Amino acid sequence: MAADRDDAAAPLEGAARDKVFQGELVKLIPHLRAFARTLTGDATQADDLAQDAMIKAWDARASFQLGTNMKAWTFMILRNQFYSDKRRSWRSTQLDQEAAERTLVAIDDPGSPLALDELRLAMAMLPYEQREALILVGAGGFAYEEAADICGCAVGTVKSRVSRARKALQGILETGSYDRDGREAGDAMRSILADAERLSAIR
Amino acid sequence: MDERRKGTAPLDEARLRQRAIGVKLRQMFDEVVNEPVPDEFLDILRRADNKTGER
Repeated sequence: MAADRDDAAAPLEGAARDKVFQGELVKLIPHLRAFARTLTGDATQADDLAQDAMIKAWDARASFQLGTNMKAWTFMILRNQFYSDKRRSWRSTQLDQEAAERTLVAIDDPGSPLALDELRLAMAMLPYEQREALILVGAGGFAYEEAADICGCAVGTVKSRVSRARKALQGILETGSYDRDGREAGDAMRSILADAERLSAIR
Repeated sequence: MDERRKGTAPLDEARLRQRAIGVKLRQMFDEVVNEPVPDEFLDILRRADNKTGER
């Protein structure tokens, strides 16, 4: 229709807007899954969380301004969902223990390199605030400012959480003080160093 | 700065370790990003979409 010729400049509305929103949301699903997985350390729990966050984002689509940072917005929804789930569940520490045990079982998976599992176990020992800050900045590709918006805290707080998380991880990996027995201390750090060296040689 | 000075060696080592942890963390994250998305996700979104259409 001739009247629609200018619609690129007109704000999207109704079904057309929903369609654009949904397309963007679908593109973010892999990232939401990765955030949820690294945050919870448990694949099943993570996909439940990512699905909840996806639906919450869809339901709240009218409040999202298209063209702004949708990844940060959906990540914020996911972490808020994560903390409200945790508050509701008084068994949360117990669930974490179960998740850690499932992770231990998953170590047999031949497709996943050993050092990744060591890192996963070490991550599980970090306080949630440190874990989420480190994931957002260290893996999610967010700037400190964006991570602060997502976590609803000051930029300085994110910086100190990330730095404490890094130190703690290194300490855990070097001493082998994660919840796993039968391996010598220092093995994890050695294998992580070797893997990282190999990866940077390929790049 | 003389990098071979004894005092700087532990710092470099620490940096190397931090970099290695960073690489592994990104790998851990990207591994999930690169997994195929389970159909369940798109099914849920499709159902939510249909619900909106009926309104």
